Amino acid sequence: MDMIDPTVVELSRFQFALTALYHFMFVPLTLGLTFMLAAMETVYVVTGRKIYKDMAMFWGKLFGINFALGVATGITMEFEFGTNWSMYSRYFGDMFGTPLAIEGLMAFFMESTFVGMMFFGWDRLSKPAHLAITYLVALGSNLSALWILIANASMNVPEGTHFDPETMRLQFDSFVKVVFNPDAQAKFVHTSVAGYVCASLFVMGISSFYLLRKQHRQFAARSFRMAALFGIISTVAVITLGDVLGRMDYEKQPTKIAAIEGLWETSQPPYAPWLLFALPDNEKQTNYLEIGVPYVLTPLITHEFDKPITGMHELQNEAEPHIRSGIEALSALKRYGQTHDQTDLDAFRQHKEDLGFGFLATQFAPGQDVTNISPDEVNKVVEATKPAILPNVFVVFWSFRLMVFLGLSFFLLFAVSAYLSLKKQLERNRWILHLCMWSIPLPVLATEFGWITAEAGRQPWTVFNRLPTFLSSSTHSVTYMAISLAGFALLYSIFIAAELYLMFKFARLGPDEHDTHGTSALSHNAAAPAAH
Amino acid sequence: MDIYTILKLIWGGILCLLMIGLALMVGMDMGVGTLLRFVGKDDAERRTMLNIIGPHWDGNQVWFVLGGGAIFAAFPTLYATSFSVFYLVMIMLLFSMILRPVAFEYRSKADSTRWRASWDWTFLISGFLPMFIYGAAFGNILSGVGYHFSWTGQYYQDSSFISYLLNPFVILCGLLSVSLSVYQGGVMLMLRSNDPIYSRARNFSRIAGVLAAFLFAAGGVFICFMQGFMLTEPVNTAMPANPLHGQHVARAAGAWLLNYSAHPVLWLLPVAGLASMICGSALVTLKKTVLAWWCGMSAWIGVIGTVAAAMFPFLMPSTTKPDQSLTLWNSTGSLYGLTCMLIVSTIFIPLIITYTSWCYYVMRGKVSTAEIANDPHSY
Ligand code: HDD
Ligand code: HEM
Ligand code: HEM
Repeated sequence: MDMIDPTVVELSRFQFALTALYHFMFVPLTLGLTFMLAAMETVYVVTGRKIYKDMAMFWGKLFGINFALGVATGITMEFEFGTNWSMYSRYFGDMFGTPLAIEGLMAFFMESTFVGMMFFGWDRLSKPAHLAITYLVALGSNLSALWILIANASMNVPEGTHFDPETMRLQFDSFVKVVFNPDAQAKFVHTSVAGYVCASLFVMGISSFYLLRKQHRQFAARSFRMAALFGIISTVAVITLGDVLGRMDYEKQPTKIAAIEGLWETSQPPYAPWLLFALPDNEKQTNYLEIGVPYVLTPLITHEFDKPITGMHELQNEAEPHIRSGIEALSALKRYGQTHDQTDLDAFRQHKEDLGFGFLATQFAPGQDVTNISPDEVNKVVEATKPAILPNVFVVFWSFRLMVFLGLSFFLLFAVSAYLSLKKQLERNRWILHLCMWSIPLPVLATEFGWITAEAGRQPWTVFNRLPTFLSSSTHSVTYMAISLAGFALLYSIFIAAELYLMFKFARLGPDEHDTHGTSALSHNAAAPAAH
Repeated sequence: MDIYTILKLIWGGILCLLMIGLALMVGMDMGVGTLLRFVGKDDAERRTMLNIIGPHWDGNQVWFVLGGGAIFAAFPTLYATSFSVFYLVMIMLLFSMILRPVAFEYRSKADSTRWRASWDWTFLISGFLPMFIYGAAFGNILSGVGYHFSWTGQYYQDSSFISYLLNPFVILCGLLSVSLSVYQGGVMLMLRSNDPIYSRARNFSRIAGVLAAFLFAAGGVFICFMQGFMLTEPVNTAMPANPLHGQHVARAAGAWLLNYSAHPVLWLLPVAGLASMICGSALVTLKKTVLAWWCGMSAWIGVIGTVAAAMFPFLMPSTTKPDQSLTLWNSTGSLYGLTCMLIVSTIFIPLIITYTSWCYYVMRGKVSTAEIANDPHSY
C-alpha cells in the first residue's frame, strides 16, 4: 500500500515556509525601490540636476545587491512546487500553472532583461530612453507580484475551476474568474504597497545614518523627504487594503478569520470584544488570559453593527455533514476509477462539492483509506477530522496581531518623519533619525508576519476546501528532505551573510566616495551648488 | 484531427522550442561561467568576461524559469512527476543555479582576492553542473524512469537517485550538453572580446565542438541498441489527460528508432546536429564567429529535435509500470488551459525575442578593460 508519511509532509511544509519567507525578505524591497529609483530619475531627467542622478545611482547599487537574492531565491520557488508538492501540482496545476507561466512571460522577462540595461546602459542610451527602461523594470517587478498573487489568491479562494473525475484533478474553466478574483486584486495592492513601505523605510533609515553623522547632508535630506512622502501614502494604503482583506476572509474563509480573531464561540454583536491579547490553545479549544476592547470586533470585521461572526466551535460542527458527504464522494470516485460505471459517477456527483473533506479525512482512517470502512469507524474518523479543519490558532492570531501593531506604528513613524522633514527640522530631532535607522528591518518583518497569517490561516488546506496539505506533498523519504533542508539552510545562510556584508559596506561608503572615478566624477561638483 | 489533439501537438512543439531556447541562451552564459577560470588568467580578464554577458545573463536565465512555468501550466502532470522523481538531482540543479545570480552581482563588489576567487569557483560549479544535469535528465528520460501512480494520481518513486546519476549513457548525455554550452560560451566571448581572451576562447570552442560531435555520435549508437518504449495499441489522442488508464506500452530494444523507420525524413535532424557541430568547429578556426554562433543554435535544434523525434509521443516513460508512462496525450493541461496559454504565448514570445534582440543591439561591440574600470555598475 502506498502511504503518506506525516513527517515528510511536515518537513515539506517547513522547507516551503523557509524558502518562501526567505524569498520574501528581498521581494518587498525590489517592489518598492524600483519605483523610487524611477521617481528619482524622473526628477533628474526633468530638472537636469545631477544630485538626483547620484541618488538613482547610489540607491540603484543597493537595489542590485538586494535584487540578486530576490532572483536567486525566486528560482527555488518556481521549481519547488514540482519538487515538493507533486500531488498539489498535478491536481491544481492546470489552473495554477497558468498565472505562474504568465508571470514569467509578462513580468520576469521584462524586468530581468531591462535590469541589465538599467545598470549597463547609462552611457549607451539617451536620458529619456534610460528613464523608460527604469520604469519598465519597476512595472515588471510589480507585474510579477500581480500574477503571483493571482496564483496565491486562487489557492485561498478557488474560483474558475471544477473537479473532473476523468482527469482526477481540478480543471481550469475561467480565466476571467481567476484574474478578476477580488481577493487577488486586494492582495496585490496590499502586498505591493507593503513593499513600498519597506523601501521607504530602507531609504529613510540609511539617510538618517548620514544625517546623524553629518555626511552627504543634501543628498540624505532629499532622499529622506522623498521616501517619507512615498511612505506615508503607502502606509495608509496598506492599512486600508488590509481592512478589505479581513472583510474578504470573513466572507470566503471563515475558519481563517475566526482563527485570526481567536474566536472560539460565535460572536455576540455588538458587544463582542476585539482581543488585544490572548493565548489560544488548539488542544483545549480555548483562550487563556484574554484582554479585549469591547464593541470593536463586529464593526472592524463586518463593517456593520449587528452581524455575528461564526466561531470555531460552530464551524467544526457545520463541517460534520461535509466530512460525511466527502467520504461518500471519495468512495464513489474510487469505485468509478475502477469500474467506469455510470451509477458510481452519479453517486460521486451527488457529493462532489465535499470531495476535499473526504481527502482531509483520509489521514485519520486506518491505512489512510476511507473508502472501505465500517460505519463505526466512519464516526471515529469524522470526530477526528472535525478539529482538523482549524489552523494553528496561536500562530495565526499572533502573526496577525504583530503585523497590525507594526502597521499602526509605521503610520505614526511616517507621519512624524514626513512632518519634520518638510519643516526641515530633522537634524534637530536626532531621536527620530535613530528610530528610523533602527526600524529598517521592521516592515520586512511585518510582511513576513502577513504571510504567516495568510498561509498558516489557510491550513489544513493547500487549495481551500478542495485539497488538504496532507495529501499535497511529494512522497519523498525523510532522508531526502533532511538533505535538501540542510542544503537550503547552509546556502541561504551564506547568502544572507554576503548580502549584509555588502549592504553595510556600500551604505557606509555612501553616495560619493566610491563614484569619484569614471562616469560620476562630476557628481561632487554638480551637487555642490545645490547645497545651500 | 480534433482540436484537443492539435493543441497537444502544438504544445509539444512549444516545449521543444523552450528546451532549445533554454539550452542556447542559458547554456551560453553557463559556458562562459565554466570557462571563467580557464580563459581568464587574471582579475581584469575575468571581469571582462563577466561583463560580456553581464547585461544579459538575467534576462537569459528567465528562459530557464519560464521552462519551469510553462511545463507547470501546459504539462502539469509532467511537471509534478519529473521534478519529484529526480528530487535530489533537481535540488543539486537548484543549488548550483541559485549561486549564479549572487555570484554575478557580488563577485566584483569587494576587493579581497579570496572573496573573488571563491566566487570564481562558484561560477565554475554553477556553469558546469546545471548543464550537466540538463543533459543527464534527457539521458534518464530516454532510459526510462522508475515510478508509478496510485489511484488518486499521486506518484510513487521506485528507484533511487543514485541510479539516475551513475549510468554511462546518462553521463555521456551530460557531457554532450556541457560541451555544447562551452562551445557557445566560447563563441560569445570571441564575439565581444579581443586577445588574449579571444584566442583562448577560440581554442576551447574548437575542441568543444569536435567533442560534442563525437559524444553525439556515440549517444546515437547507444540509442540504437537501448531498450526503448512503444505503444502497442492505438490510443485516443484526445483522451482526458490522465496517466492512469487508456494506453498500453511495451519496452523493446531499438524501439526509439521506430519513428525514424516510419518517417526517414527525420534522419535530417541528427545529421543536421552533427554537421552543425563539425561546421561550427571549422568556422571557429576560420574566425567566422557570427556564423559559428548560429551553428551552435542549429546544433541544439539538431540534438533536441533528435531526442524528440525518437521519443514521440513519450515524455517520460516509466520502467516499472510502462502503461502509466507519461506521453503527450495523457499529461497536458485541459483544452481550456492549453488554449489560454497558447494565446498568451503568441502575444508575448515574439515581444520577448524583439526586446531581447534590441538589448543585444544596444550593448553590441567589444568590451574593453578600461571601460569596466570606469563603470561603477560593472561586474
Ligand atoms: C509592511 C507590511 C504589512 C503591514 C504593515 C500590514 N500588512 Fe497585512 N499583509 C502583508 C503585509 C503587511 C503581506 C505580506 O503583504 C500579506 C501576506 C499575504 C498577502 O496577501 O499580503 C498580508 C496579509 C494580510 C491578511 C491576510 C490575507 C489573506 O487571508 O490572505 C490580512 C487580513 C491583513 N494582511 C490585514 C492587515 C491589516 C488589517 C493591517 C493593518 C495595519 C495590515 N495587514 C498591515
Ligand atoms: C504564489 C505565492 C505562494 C503560494 C502559491 C504559496 C503556497 C504555499 C504552499 C503550497 C505551502 C505549503 C503547504 C502548506 O503548508 O500550506 C505554503 C506554506 C507556507 N507559505 Fe506560502 N505560498 C506562496 C507565497 C508565499 C510567500 C511569498 C510566503 C512568505 C514570504 C509564504 C509563506 C508561507 C508559509 C509561512 C507557509 C507555511 C505555513 C504552515 O506550514 O503553516 N507563502 N505556501
Ligand atoms: C511562491 C511563489 C513564488 C514563485 C514561484 C516565485 C518565483 C520567482 C522567480 C522564479 C524569481 C526570479 C525571476 C528571475 O529570474 O528574474 C522571482 C523573483 C521575484 N519575485 Fe517571486 N516567486 C514567488 C513568490 C513571490 C511573491 C508572493 C511575490 C510578490 C508579491 C514575488 C515577487 C517577486 C519579485 C518582485 C522578484 C524579483 C524580481 C525578478 O527577478 O523578476 N514572488 N520570483
